[in-house]
Amino acid sequence: MNAQTLRQNGGVVALIAILLFNAAFTPNFLQLQTLFVNISQVATIAIVAMGMTLVIATGGIDLSVGAIMALSGAMAPLIFQSEFGTAYPALGLTAAFVFPLIVACMCGLFNGALISVLRVQPIIATLILFISGRGIAQVLTNGNLQTFKNPAFSYLGTGKVLGLPFQGWLALAIAVVLFWVVKRTSFGRYLLAVGGNEKAAQLSGGPVKTVKIGAYVICAFLSGIAGLIVVAINSASDAARNGNLMELDAIAAAVVGGALLQGGRAPIFGAILGAIIIQLVKYTLLANGVEDEVALIAKAFIIVLAVYVQQARKE
Amino acid sequence: MQPLVSMHGINKAFSGVPALQSASLEVAPGEVHGLIGQNGAGKSTFIKVLTGVYRRDAGTVQFDGHDSTVTCPRDAQATGIATIYQELNLVPLRSVTENVTLGYEPKRMGVLIDWPKAHRRTREILSRFGIDIDVRAPLGSYSTAIQQLVAIARAVSLDAKLVIMDEPTSSLDANEVETLFGVIRGLRDAGVSVLYVSHFLDELFAVCDRVTIMRDGQTVGTRNIGETSKLGLIADMLGRNPEDIEAAGMTEFGGGQAKLGEILLEAKGVSTGNRLLEFDLTVHRGEIVGLGGLLGAGRTEAARAIFGVDALTKGAMTFKGAPSAPANPSDAINEGIGFLTEDRKAEGIVPDMSVRENLTLALLPKLTKNGQIDRAQEKELVEGYIKSLGIKTADMDQPIRELSGGNQQKVLLARWLATEPDLLILDEPTRGVDVGAKLEIQAIIRDYVDKGFGVVLISSEFEELVEGADRIVVLQDGYSVSELQNPGITENALVKAIAHHYEREAAE
Amino acid sequence: MLDDNTFDLRKYIRGNTQTTAVWLVLVLLIVFGVMRYDNFGGAYNIASFLNYNAMFIAISLGMCFVIMTGGIDLSVGSVAAFTSVIAAYLSPYGLAVAIPGAIAAGVAFGALNAFFIIAMRIPPFIATLATMLGAKGGALVISGAETIGVDWGSNFTKLGMEKAFGTVPWTILIVALLAVALWIVLEKTSLGRTVLAIGGSEDASTLMGLKVNRAKAFVYLLSGGCAGLAGLFLASGFGAGQPLEGIGWELSAIAAVVVGGTLLTGGLGSVPATIAGALLLGLVFNILNFENGRGTISLSAYWQMVIRGGFLFVVILFQTRITAEKSNAS
Repeated sequence: MNAQTLRQNGGVVALIAILLFNAAFTPNFLQLQTLFVNISQVATIAIVAMGMTLVIATGGIDLSVGAIMALSGAMAPLIFQSEFGTAYPALGLTAAFVFPLIVACMCGLFNGALISVLRVQPIIATLILFISGRGIAQVLTNGNLQTFKNPAFSYLGTGKVLGLPFQGWLALAIAVVLFWVVKRTSFGRYLLAVGGNEKAAQLSGGPVKTVKIGAYVICAFLSGIAGLIVVAINSASDAARNGNLMELDAIAAAVVGGALLQGGRAPIFGAILGAIIIQLVKYTLLANGVEDEVALIAKAFIIVLAVYVQQARKE
Repeated sequence: MQPLVSMHGINKAFSGVPALQSASLEVAPGEVHGLIGQNGAGKSTFIKVLTGVYRRDAGTVQFDGHDSTVTCPRDAQATGIATIYQELNLVPLRSVTENVTLGYEPKRMGVLIDWPKAHRRTREILSRFGIDIDVRAPLGSYSTAIQQLVAIARAVSLDAKLVIMDEPTSSLDANEVETLFGVIRGLRDAGVSVLYVSHFLDELFAVCDRVTIMRDGQTVGTRNIGETSKLGLIADMLGRNPEDIEAAGMTEFGGGQAKLGEILLEAKGVSTGNRLLEFDLTVHRGEIVGLGGLLGAGRTEAARAIFGVDALTKGAMTFKGAPSAPANPSDAINEGIGFLTEDRKAEGIVPDMSVRENLTLALLPKLTKNGQIDRAQEKELVEGYIKSLGIKTADMDQPIRELSGGNQQKVLLARWLATEPDLLILDEPTRGVDVGAKLEIQAIIRDYVDKGFGVVLISSEFEELVEGADRIVVLQDGYSVSELQNPGITENALVKAIAHHYEREAAE
Repeated sequence: MLDDNTFDLRKYIRGNTQTTAVWLVLVLLIVFGVMRYDNFGGAYNIASFLNYNAMFIAISLGMCFVIMTGGIDLSVGSVAAFTSVIAAYLSPYGLAVAIPGAIAAGVAFGALNAFFIIAMRIPPFIATLATMLGAKGGALVISGAETIGVDWGSNFTKLGMEKAFGTVPWTILIVALLAVALWIVLEKTSLGRTVLAIGGSEDASTLMGLKVNRAKAFVYLLSGGCAGLAGLFLASGFGAGQPLEGIGWELSAIAAVVVGGTLLTGGLGSVPATIAGALLLGLVFNILNFENGRGTISLSAYWQMVIRGGFLFVVILFQTRITAEKSNAS
């Protein structure tokens, strides 16, 4: 195998290497339970990473995904545990899904408008919500951990379909839809054109602003869903921890999956592959008794390595 | 005499595509040496090898009698090579003084910059070019011409043995060009060599001692300027016999015989800011209207106004009989206007996308049903254009960046033809494409006009305008100043119209 | 242009709308505070205000240089947290060891950033995001995720808690000296001018033969060193190394830099204006604290993050307008 093919299929090679390592050294790795745990964990990373992939495809970046997760996650229990929510459980449950996602979309709209209308650099524009989004979530919950018992809501994080975790299927469904959007719709085509050459896209009559805003809104929407899933898994909402450092996981997964930071490419299934790798690295370290903190450093290393390999590929 | 610069057998390839093949160059001390060639002949790459921006794949470079060890622009400056690159390479946000003295600031106590002295020195250097400006103001607050002269001033002030100028006059007016020539002759008299890259042949005859001609990455030859002619140089550049060129002419639109249809576009008193001040234009169906003028005269700005890229601040336009004020390119496309932009790389192609995707980019709204692209229709359409325009590509899914310049340009032309516009604006449609593709593109344009559509043609090549356009509107400093009617336009007449100084009522 | 040395105040104000506005707002807020609150103008509030904000001014100064090159350093908060732990561990040996130790630790992270960005050509925000993660992990590992108390027996806490010559807090004195040094570097040396030129156009700077990589390495080392200094102040001023501190500091620093009129895309910037920006941001929180104290409003600590973001938002709106005007003018 030459260097070229190794670079192009680096993700798959890395995945196989991790799997082989675990099969050999990690106790109880080859068990169904391990698969379930990893699927339920990887789903949130994958869902956010797919949104991030769309944003990166436009040549942008979204640092606010973790904060948006915290915000939507904090809102859901507030709604279904409110007086209204307990009085009308069905309505309350619906509202607990709908409102947080609407708010998430509005966050995306805010990001997108700053970036495409006011032409603020994406890093700075999304840094605003990166910090204050979580702040708002903590203000809403007064910084308290909200615990709850609501089986219907928790289905999102603990339910099983055909024996596999519900959120895994959800992530897969989202991937299929986004893949179709990128490959077959004019939105997808414009998305790649904007990232590949924004001026050319604009001079060809492409709706550049709309497309950019759209990418940030979708990314925020998916982050909102991920925030709800995390809360559902834990049956508790902690605004300080929900989605913490998710922006790094998502960027890493997208880049490992083949997204170019300069834009112009949107490998949706690559993002899922990237998410699986990130999750497995985390799991491997944890299962082999490496401290959480050291895992952070390992993740930093993966990000740098992935981007470095990508830069080298470009040149 | 031993040459100052001696480059032999230089090879350079970019990701496998050769840009230079065994190119060579010798410049004598105290000589003004011209370097010419068509776009893509490898001039800029050649210079960048000499100045250390690119590393050569093979060959020898000697400077001042020694093997050159230059590996970066800073080394080049240190050994005595100062360069003015084609793209302005200065920092507009910083002051004029900084742009001239950066890296060579006069110091007090060895560390601290002596600003009063730096300003004084900058003013002295600029006064040699007859410029008297506030040197503490940001460079970006001055015109492109001044910026260009500042770039030249910086290079000249570095006490170099060789000054390289890559298209230094592209944004200068006639007086400024004369000043520049004065400086160049001054340099020569002081024993400094100048490597002068230009596609304005008249300039070479005015200032150069010898000329080296390049074609397709190779050095064709070096001529003493006194022993060659303009036609001879052109023949060398194109690789043809001078007699053939004289017989055939260089462009083949065959303009001037069209029957005019109804009025398609009418622009009256259009302005979009200080680059386009008062612009009138009428285009009929079946007509190619050329826009003539120097760089910065407002030709591209006029095109941008018609296409809705820049909003009108004054004036009005009618298109197909109805008032037209497109707010953005998308509006203009819907009205039936297309705009092939000048800068193919920056504003035209999406490099990583395929030929197919690039070709249909402007057509997407029409190809889309319920948000989904009709792939069958798309493929059929693209196949048709690849055939009818003779686009050379492995298949329609090949990334466009892998195509040659001429074929990229054909794809972009097809992008606009596919939208079936009534009016097509072409900004330098044949720049940077080889002669064969150029003739094909010109034939496509003529064919299109004959179907009863209109074309606005912008070109810096006088031959292309004179022989291609039915009518030429001449612009100067943002005003449309005169109009020439074919048949009967000669190159000289056009040059005269462009150079003529018009008094304006509006001017203060 | 006849004389380069005349100073035309009106022309200066016109050319520096934003800087002038920042100083004006700063003065107005101070006047407002002095008139509204009893202890606002008191020696205690002034000293503690300056002492507390010395950390933020330090990282803002480093950030200012990074942003002037068109880069960004998201790692400053985590690096400061890391160095506060280092400083706490070194506190028994006194300031003579703790000061160089903490700054060196910060510079080491800066060097890591510089290596990623210059040698590996990784975009600054990714590189510094990774370093942020690494520093955070590192801080937690070396501290065992606990606050590390400092040694009160040595002279370590004098730095953060006492005043030089009984008048000015040591921290603010150090920051002031740093600011003067950086101001000279920026305005009077080739290095400073190169930093600005890189932000204006990196390609042009390379082709002009400037030492681009050296200047870029300098700004990231500087930013790391400034974060190290901030960590030192943190440990010394609060008597503990705090591995979990520093969240959102990068945002404060970026906001301060931007308020000071530095273009986020680089090429323009000023040291005094950055300090003004940092002070302005600090003053807003100081006044909010006083309002909380009076009971007119009651804001939890969580509001701090919201307000920081809001502040940056307002500043960005302001700057977009200014840049738009500038590009229209030319």
